[in-house]
Amino acid sequence: MKIVVCIKQVPDTKGGVKFNPDGTLDRAAMLTIMNPDDKAGLEAALRLKEQYGAEVTVLTMGLPKADEVLREAMAMGADRGILVTDRVLGGADTWATSTTIAGAIRNLEYDLIITGRQAIDGDTAQVGPQIAEHLKLPVISYAQDIKVEGDSVIVQRQYEDRYHELKAKMPCLITALSELNEPRYMTPGGIFDSYDKEVTVWGRADLKDVDDSDLGLKGSPTKIAKASDKVRKGAGEKVVLDTDESVAYLIGKFKEKHII
Amino acid sequence: MDFSLDKKHEMARSLFREFAENEVKPLAQEVDETEEFPMETVKKMQKLGFMGIPVPKEYGGQGCDTLTYVMCVEELSKVCATTGVVVSAHTSLCIDPIMTYGTEEQKQKYVKPLASGEKLGAFALTEPGAGTDAQGAQTKAVLDGNEWVLNGSKCFITNGKVADVYIVIAITSVTTDKRGRKKKNFSAFIVDKGAPGFSFGTKEKKMGIRGSSTYELIFEDCRIPKENLLGTEGKGFPIAMHTLDGGRIGIASQALGIAEGALDRAIAYTKERKQFGRSIAQQQNTQFKLADMAARIEAAQLLVYKAAMAKATQRVYSVEAAKAKLFAAETAMAVTTEVVQLFGGYGYIREYDVERMMRDAKITEIYEGTSEVQRMVISGALLK
Repeated sequence: MKIVVCIKQVPDTKGGVKFNPDGTLDRAAMLTIMNPDDKAGLEAALRLKEQYGAEVTVLTMGLPKADEVLREAMAMGADRGILVTDRVLGGADTWATSTTIAGAIRNLEYDLIITGRQAIDGDTAQVGPQIAEHLKLPVISYAQDIKVEGDSVIVQRQYEDRYHELKAKMPCLITALSELNEPRYMTPGGIFDSYDKEVTVWGRADLKDVDDSDLGLKGSPTKIAKASDKVRKGAGEKVVLDTDESVAYLIGKFKEKHII
Repeated sequence: MDFSLDKKHEMARSLFREFAENEVKPLAQEVDETEEFPMETVKKMQKLGFMGIPVPKEYGGQGCDTLTYVMCVEELSKVCATTGVVVSAHTSLCIDPIMTYGTEEQKQKYVKPLASGEKLGAFALTEPGAGTDAQGAQTKAVLDGNEWVLNGSKCFITNGKVADVYIVIAITSVTTDKRGRKKKNFSAFIVDKGAPGFSFGTKEKKMGIRGSSTYELIFEDCRIPKENLLGTEGKGFPIAMHTLDGGRIGIASQALGIAEGALDRAIAYTKERKQFGRSIAQQQNTQFKLADMAARIEAAQLLVYKAAMAKATQRVYSVEAAKAKLFAAETAMAVTTEVVQLFGGYGYIREYDVERMMRDAKITEIYEGTSEVQRMVISGALLK
C-alpha cells in the first residue's frame, strides 16, 4: 500500500501569535510545529504501515524551511518527504493550495491520501476535501478511526454526538482529527537518519495538469482583509442557582442585552 | 567558530524537551517523595532509544553522538535529576567502557541489549574505604580455572539493584616495586545480575536524586566466566579513570539541566509573585540575580558541550570533562540555592520543585569525582 500524508508547518500558538505591521502573521518570529491534525494523520499512516505494510510519503507546500516538518515526519517513521516550494506559489489560499498539492500528487502512486482536518493557523478545513475534488477521489472527513479491509477503508466519521461508519474503495482521501490517536515521539536515531536523507524538492514546473491562473496569490479568490489574534475574554460571571432560577436569570440577562 | 547547534541537534533537543515535559515532569515530585525508581519512564525511554543514544546502530544504539546524549541528560535533568542520572550512569559508566575496551563478543553480548534498553547498566568502583582514593579498594578477583572469583563489596552504586549488567573494578594482583612499595593492580569485569555469590546490601537513603536506586553490592565467592574480564588484566585502574572522564560529562549535563530547570522556575515565579505592590521580577535585586544565573548557566553549557565535542574528537578529554563537571556542578548548587531564596518561604516547601532541585544539585559536586578531584585533574594538567 502507498500512502501520501499531507502535512503543514504551522505557528506554535502556545508561544503567542505575532503579527507584522501590515496585519499578516510574522511567521519568522514564531516557533513552528507540525499541525496537530496532520500529525494524527501521519500517525494513522504509520500505524497502517506497521499493520499492513505500506510506504508512507509526506508532502508539504511551504517555504524552503518547511523541510524541517518533513524531517520531523521522517524521524517519526515516514519513508520519504517531498517539499513543494516556489515563489510563484506564495500567498496561496485554500483553492490555490489544493490545486498545487493535487498537481504534486499527480506525480505519485497512491492508494490512500491522508490530510489533517484543518490547520490551526487558517482553520478552514477546506484543503483536504478540495484535493480530493481535484483528483476526483472519494473523501471521508473528520476521521476518528481508520481500518483497512481488502481494497477499501472503513472510517468512523465524527459528529458532535455520534459517528458514522463509512466504507470507501481506495484510492481515496481521508481527513484526520487530532483525536484519532496519540502521535508517537521521534527517536534520536530517526532524527539523525532524516537529516542523512534527501528531501525531494519540487517547484512550479513539477506540478502536473495545473494552470498558472490557479496558483499563488494571483490564483487565490480569497482576499484577507485583516488577521487578528483571539480576543481574550474576561473570566465572566459565575452564579450557582437551581434550574428555575437559572432560566429566569438567563432570560433576564438576554433581555438586558437585547438578545431576545 | 560557530556556537549554534545544527538542525538535527536542535530537533533532538526539542524531542528530549517534549518527552521530559510530558512524561517525566509530572512524576518528578512523586519519584522524590516515594524514593521509587522510575521504571515506567525507563521503559518509555527504552522504546524511544534514549538508552543507547551515542552507540552505533550495529550495536543496538541510535547512531547519534555524545552531544545528543548530553542534551538528553540535560533536558531530563531540567525536570527530574533522578531520571537524568539513570541514563547517565547506564550510558557513560556501563556501555561506554564496554564499547571502548570490550571484545567483539562482549559488545555483541552486552552492548546490544544495553543500548536497546532491554537491559540496564551500572558501574562499581567505590568502596566503603575507597572513595576519592580509589587505590584504597579491597575487592579482589582471583582466576580459578575458567572463572574469576570475586570477593568484597562496593557502595553507593547508581542503578544498583535495578541494573542487569555491572562493570566491577577489583584487585587482580599486588606487585612490589624496586623500593619495596606494594602496588595494587586492578582489572575491570563485566558481572551479570544473578551471578552466583553476587547480592545486594542496603539501599541508601539519600538527600537528593532519591528515586535513583543506590545500593551496596556484595560479592561472596562470586563466580563469573573468565571471558568477562574487560580489557587487559591489570589495566582496570586506567579503564576506570577513563570511564569516569566520560561519566563526568554526563554528570556535568545533569548539573547543567538542574540549574536550567531552577532558573526556568525562578523566571516564572518571580513574574507572578507580588510584594510591595509589584512583581518581584520588577525589583532590581531579582533582575540582577536572574542575570547572573543566566550568564553562569550559559558558561556552564559551553563547557559541557565543549567537553562532549572533545569526547567525540579526542582520545583524552580528562581536563575538558573535569572543567565541565566542576563548573556545572558548582553552578547547579549556587543557582538552586539562589532560586530557593527567590522563592522565599515557598522555596522551602516540598510542594514547589525548587527545594528538590537544591537537594538534587548537591550530589553533582560529589559523585563521579568531587569538585576537589576535578580541581586536582585541572591543576595537574596545568602544572605538568
